[in-house]
Amino acid sequence: MDFQLTEEQIAFQDSAREFARHELAPYAAHWDEEEVFPKDTLRRAGEMGFCGLYTPQQYGGLGLTRLDAAIVFEELAAGCTSTAAYLTIHNMVSWMIGSFARAEVAEQWGPALASGAKLGSYCLTEPGAGSDAANLRTRAERDGDVYRLNGSKAFISGAGSTDVLVVMARTGGTGAKGISAFVVPADLPGISYGKKERKMGWNSQPTRTITFDNVAVPSANLLGEEGQGFTFAMKGLDGGRINIATCSVGTAQAALEAAARYVQERQQFGQALAEFQTVQFRLADMSTELVAARQMVRLAAWKLDSGSPDATAYCAMAKRFVTDAGFKVVNEALQLFGGYGYIKEYPLERHLRDSRVHQILEGTNEIMRVIVARRLLQDGALETLR
Amino acid sequence: MKIVVPVKRVIDANVKVRLKSDGSAVDSDNVKMSMNPFDEIAVEEAIRLKEAGVAGEIVAVSIGSDACQDVLRSALAMGADRALLIRTEAVLEPLAVAKLLREVVAREQPQLVICGKQSTDGDANQAGQMLAGLLGWPQATFASKLDIGADGATVTREIDGGLEIIAVTLPAVVTTDLRLNSPRYTTLPNIMKAKKKPLDVIALDEFGVDTRPRLTTLGLAEPAARSAGVRVADVAELLAKLKNEAKVI
Ligand SMILES: Cc1cc2nc3c(=O)[nH]c(=O)nc-3n(C[C@H](O)[C@H](O)[C@H](O)COP(=O)(O)OP(=O)(O)OC[C@H]3O[C@@H](n4cnc5c(N)ncnc54)[C@H](O)[C@@H]3O)c2cc1C
Ligand SMILES: Cc1cc2nc3c(=O)[nH]c(=O)nc-3n(C[C@H](O)[C@H](O)[C@H](O)COP(=O)(O)OP(=O)(O)OC[C@H]3O[C@@H](n4cnc5c(N)ncnc54)[C@H](O)[C@@H]3O)c2cc1C
Repeated sequence: MDFQLTEEQIAFQDSAREFARHELAPYAAHWDEEEVFPKDTLRRAGEMGFCGLYTPQQYGGLGLTRLDAAIVFEELAAGCTSTAAYLTIHNMVSWMIGSFARAEVAEQWGPALASGAKLGSYCLTEPGAGSDAANLRTRAERDGDVYRLNGSKAFISGAGSTDVLVVMARTGGTGAKGISAFVVPADLPGISYGKKERKMGWNSQPTRTITFDNVAVPSANLLGEEGQGFTFAMKGLDGGRINIATCSVGTAQAALEAAARYVQERQQFGQALAEFQTVQFRLADMSTELVAARQMVRLAAWKLDSGSPDATAYCAMAKRFVTDAGFKVVNEALQLFGGYGYIKEYPLERHLRDSRVHQILEGTNEIMRVIVARRLLQDGALETLR
Repeated sequence: MKIVVPVKRVIDANVKVRLKSDGSAVDSDNVKMSMNPFDEIAVEEAIRLKEAGVAGEIVAVSIGSDACQDVLRSALAMGADRALLIRTEAVLEPLAVAKLLREVVAREQPQLVICGKQSTDGDANQAGQMLAGLLGWPQATFASKLDIGADGATVTREIDGGLEIIAVTLPAVVTTDLRLNSPRYTTLPNIMKAKKKPLDVIALDEFGVDTRPRLTTLGLAEPAARSAGVRVADVAELLAKLKNEAKVI
């Protein structure tokens, strides 16, 4: 057993850090303030390899492990949480298409997605089906050599600015087994986009509702077979949850570093804040919790890479624990900045706004508990879940 | 045309350098290390010459412990074709480095050696010049622009108070200044490809070169901590301080 990153992982990390330092961090506040979706930067991220990290090599991706990807996303999130988080969703879409689409569809979209030339969105949530995603109502009816899509999706990241959608829709009866997944070009006739949601954070990426009105999707665009869609959607989310968790780690790391610098410079009561033991202890706890959180993500990523039957439970544990811990660290870093933490001259309030949603999306942290509890109450589960 | 680019592993530019607690050396344990920034510029320049069809093969060379393989891999990931590590645990002085590079030149027969003008650890600014001296080659140091023509190179040099443009015949040694170029990012696909490029390791002893130190380090000291600024009441006091305390006017 060895906790040391490989030489190659360190090189990936350095590469992502350089990119984040020069291409993301200097612009993050502007993108947040002006709600800019930085497509040019995403394109450059694609040249770096960040748009298809674990997408199969056959379809233009790098075929890396989830652990490699987590190391990269952490660094990107330290530069701009919101842009890195969109990249994680894009990677999930790119992976799903590369892994489950028919060869001709994967060839059509895979390389373009992996290079960042085209962007993707993941469409599961509906106005009436969030946590209860298996209860979704968007329908796809077979009609000759097309499926006709009707219904609407809510809270879709990137929607309106992306080129391809992976849409989960009902082809069969109620429940998860009636759901199928489709690769849908974002500009097909009958697709309309709602207004851009005004959000607390994640402002460098648009979030919109999407409405499908009799949209004709070629039947070859079905992922796998009818009825497999929910399984694919959940497989995507296992990795997605690691990615979102790792975005919390990167953001919290940036916040912790900023706070550790600040308390050494800021003088009150005739001394640096860092000389108060209470401040030291707070930093010590923040750092301790962040190290634990980072290792938790990496463990879950490794479980997924090694095909563990408990991977879903570990991914859910990691998402719950790490996004909570990350938010707490960011909030405490903000506190250490006093009044300056609350104003936009400093990045702390943005870190806080951006990382808050990680506790909500890709399955709320309550739903993560549902997933973990369901597994651990099975006979013998605690033998392996440890 | 073949180009040799020496690259050194130094403490990363973003790290705050500290002395070991006993003051015997700079603390490099558990510190992030990277390629010397001026050497990155040298690698970048070589790659641009290759992309322009001027250069054929680019060989990156490092001298040091096995750990230096990481900077060689970075050079390969940027676009160098081959790498060579001259393995030694000793910390070498610029003259020893220059002598070893002369041996590398003898083996590789390049038309051009592009070095960083100095490394950010020792700041000696000597290896390139010494190498040119040992080889009897022309040198063009502190380059901010490099053009290779039919019968040599035209190099713009950054000198005190301006720029100097010189012509040198090839083969030559060029050392890079900061404004020569901005090195590219190493992309993940290129990092993965670099793993498959050849990296040879040769023990220092095999060169039969005398690399014993000629210098003795008497001591090391950290620069004095910056003290807080003071407010002056008026221009007269400022002038008086500049004259009598800072002694700059
Ligand atoms: C900025 C943003 C971007 C998003 N991007 C995407 C995207 O790209 N694609 C996509 O498909 N979706 C996306 N989502 C949607 C997101 O995944 C959902 O918001 C999330 O799953 C929660 O669903 P909901 O909002 O309907 O909340 P609800 O499901 O209504 O939940 C409300 C509250 O009830 C709790 N709750 C619900 N059920 C239970 C239960 N059984 N036990 C205990 N507590 C429960 C929840 O935990 C939560 O606290 C995004 C959301 C946001 C905010
Ligand atoms: C939106 C806003 C409105 C405001 N409005 C007003 C106003 O109308 N009038 C006004 O006068 N002020 C106002 N303030 C200022 C506010 O009261 C100060 O920001 C607050 O008192 C903290 O001071 P500081 O920002 O200088 O932080 P600092 O004093 O620098 O504190 C930084 C951190 O160090 C901690 N710390 C400091 N000293 C110690 C110690 N001895 N032991 C342990 N921890 C310590 C603090 O708890 C904090 O976490 C406002 C601030 C904001 C953000």
